[in-house]
Amino acid sequence: MNNYLLEMRGIGKVYGSTRVLNNINLSVSPGEIHALLGENGAGKSTLMNILFGMDVIHSTGGFEGEVFFDGVKREISKPADAMELGIGMVHQEFMLLPGFTVTENIKLNREITKKNWLNKLFPGRLKSIDRGQMKRDAIKSLEAVGLGIDEWLPVQGLPVGYMQFIEIARELDKTGIKLLVFDEPTAVLTEEEAAGLLKSMQEIANNGIAILFITHRLDEVMTVAHKITILRDGQLVDCLDKENTSVAELARLMVGREVKRVVQSRELTDETPTILSIKNLKVKMPGELVRGIDLEIKEGEILGIGGLGGQGKIGVANGIMGLYPASGEVLLRGEKLPLNNPYNALNSGLAMVSEDRRGVGLLLSSSIAENIILTAMHINKQFVWKIGPLTLRSDRRIREHTQKYISQLDIRCTGMRQAVRSLSGGNQQKVCIARALTLNPSVLFVSEPTRGIDVGAKNIVLQTLIKLNREQGITIIMTSSELAELRSICDRIVIMHKGKKAGILSPDASDVDFGLMMAGEYDQIKNKGAS
Amino acid sequence: MELLRSKLQEFGAARTLIIMFLLLLLAIALAVGISPVGLLGDSLVRLGMNGVLVLAMVPAIISGIGPNFGLPLGIVCGLLGVLVAIELQLMKFWAVFGAMAIALPLALLVGWGYGILLNRVKGSEMMVATYVGFSAVFLMSIGWLTLPFKSPESSWFIGGGLRVTVSIMDRMGKVLNDFLSFNIGELVVPTGLLLFFLILCGLMWVFLQSKAGMAMKASGINPRFAEASGINVNRNRIAGAILSTVLGAIGIIVYAQSFTYLQLYRAPMWMGFHAVAAILIGGATVKTAKVSHVILGTFLFQGLLVVALPVANNIMTQGNLAEITRIIVSNGIILYALTQTRKGGAKL
Repeated sequence: MNNYLLEMRGIGKVYGSTRVLNNINLSVSPGEIHALLGENGAGKSTLMNILFGMDVIHSTGGFEGEVFFDGVKREISKPADAMELGIGMVHQEFMLLPGFTVTENIKLNREITKKNWLNKLFPGRLKSIDRGQMKRDAIKSLEAVGLGIDEWLPVQGLPVGYMQFIEIARELDKTGIKLLVFDEPTAVLTEEEAAGLLKSMQEIANNGIAILFITHRLDEVMTVAHKITILRDGQLVDCLDKENTSVAELARLMVGREVKRVVQSRELTDETPTILSIKNLKVKMPGELVRGIDLEIKEGEILGIGGLGGQGKIGVANGIMGLYPASGEVLLRGEKLPLNNPYNALNSGLAMVSEDRRGVGLLLSSSIAENIILTAMHINKQFVWKIGPLTLRSDRRIREHTQKYISQLDIRCTGMRQAVRSLSGGNQQKVCIARALTLNPSVLFVSEPTRGIDVGAKNIVLQTLIKLNREQGITIIMTSSELAELRSICDRIVIMHKGKKAGILSPDASDVDFGLMMAGEYDQIKNKGAS
Repeated sequence: MELLRSKLQEFGAARTLIIMFLLLLLAIALAVGISPVGLLGDSLVRLGMNGVLVLAMVPAIISGIGPNFGLPLGIVCGLLGVLVAIELQLMKFWAVFGAMAIALPLALLVGWGYGILLNRVKGSEMMVATYVGFSAVFLMSIGWLTLPFKSPESSWFIGGGLRVTVSIMDRMGKVLNDFLSFNIGELVVPTGLLLFFLILCGLMWVFLQSKAGMAMKASGINPRFAEASGINVNRNRIAGAILSTVLGAIGIIVYAQSFTYLQLYRAPMWMGFHAVAAILIGGATVKTAKVSHVILGTFLFQGLLVVALPVANNIMTQGNLAEITRIIVSNGIILYALTQTRKGGAKL
């Protein structure tokens, strides 16, 4: 017999044909702060969706395993069930009504009411609100999170950090709350605010409420957590007590994974000419802000850009290609590249395979042929013939070129006229690559090339990139969330953290180094070691 | 069987229904003894008359500003062209092409401004365009009263301002219709009219095959893709608006010479809607359109009206059932098409 508050046993989940969770066990005692660690895509959110009975789980065939709460097996089939049990969630994005006051937000839809004369006519809906009692409750829960603000202020205009606290206060105010889930609560907070938040988390836990703390930040975990569960690729890696572990170990467990080098890494010397030199590049890409990075990219290398989601790795390529507003300086072979101008970027020999394949990368309803040639037709004026003032497309040249790439990249299709919408993800990706190659680029940006495609296609895509690099000498800058993939083909790997360059590692650097750098604690730990 | 089903699906439920309805009307028409030759002749004339106005929808749709509900902008430019031609005492072919030459720069300028406006209201182009069209009609209603046109053909005898309908029969009536016109039995073929329409269709088709046309199509289908390919989406949208407005101006001149009357004031108000309905019946969506959609759509839409009119008059002798049918059909089609907007389009 145990006295766990929450126990999840043997949880597994399959989406379509991909397994995202496999046999996960998680147990949380009352008053415990339990950290859940993992990279993006490790399965943390899926696990929480199961706990809250979200619709995405049940509409895709449910899950495997059992959930016990308070020692009793429960069927949580909708979020309301979870709420009834006393499970609350503090969201990463704030769910507050800006025009309402703090009190009103805390008490939304749970207003305390009293009767008035109108209830003789309308017994249910028209009760008056007991503002006095609501105010007292709000003050109580605000104190519990340690936020000293006036409860009558409108939420609009409050600092971001405060909003997070109001969210927590709202959850605490719910009677019978037993378990609170914090989903990356410190992601948008300043350091001071984060410290305050951690303190109030500890206080909440002291009152006997259990906390599930989802985060990337290892130092926070070490500060507050009692127990730490680490997920990786849908597998349970380990469950540790804080006393028996260290930041370095956590980092290793989080990213550690067998890496198979596909090719020999290329030796880069100081003599290797720089092809692209980036100085203080800032990119305003929502969710992937780049806050100023410097980077020297050598001719003929495969450079990897890695990092956790939202740290700005995606923004670099998009900024240079002019798809999102950028500032700073980018020199291509020593010549200044005008930013914010996709035409110029393409025209100077840069090309990109976008991470947003279906949104930016393809004309879904158009044919394979048109997708492959359209950009080159516009930029390099290929595949056309002229009569007088008219520049018409040349179907013969388009056909020849498309056939060449279909066989070269092994695009599985019924013919070059097939709409790309009906191709599989892997084949769509090959069309994107073919389109970029048609431009004859000297530098190729490839973002998330293997996202959402099956293993076989993944290998073909990676092999193609290597071949392009080694045989045609195209410099490749590959951005990916999958560290293992970067480590298998890149010559150097840049890790992004908070929109800046956290450092550059060689692909055979240790798991610990990668883990620490991705969590933004590399310098801190290394400096400590030195001193 | 599978093939048939997929072909049918591609063709679209709405089009299939319209064609069946047309056939039904045709059957009734023959049953009550209406001459099929006359109906066909009328259909051909109406195809040529309205075709160019419907063709004006193509550049608007493919450049991404959607069906051009603001067509009255182009129409008033065309009307101005004809009025100036009357003022200048131009005759016959000179009148028709002179009017076009005068309307062209006007439409260019207006379309350019219209394009800039539509770039500022991305996402609600159709709504804004509709009201731009209405505003243009009412603004020009003031214009028709105050512009200094002096020709007795077009202005009132007493007081100022232009007439509500101006007869242009003697000046340029049916100039295109009668050009190279010939008879097959009782059927009169308006060769010049159809030829003019088909030449414009051909030019449009060639444009769609050109580099510029491909870029315009890409900016309509997926602006983010186009942007990433270095295509200036906003410029293409303005070009689409200009082309559409110019075709609207030419279209109304073709329409008027065949109708032999110039209709001013509130007449252009709903012309945009009819053109939109026609191209949508033809199989276009708010994101993709082809020249074939224009020809098929105009023929079906106008054919429906041609056949419905005598049939309705035969069945119900009083009232204007034909007009009511036309309103129901055209608005119903627009409604149907707008509910389909999210499904995305056909091939590029």
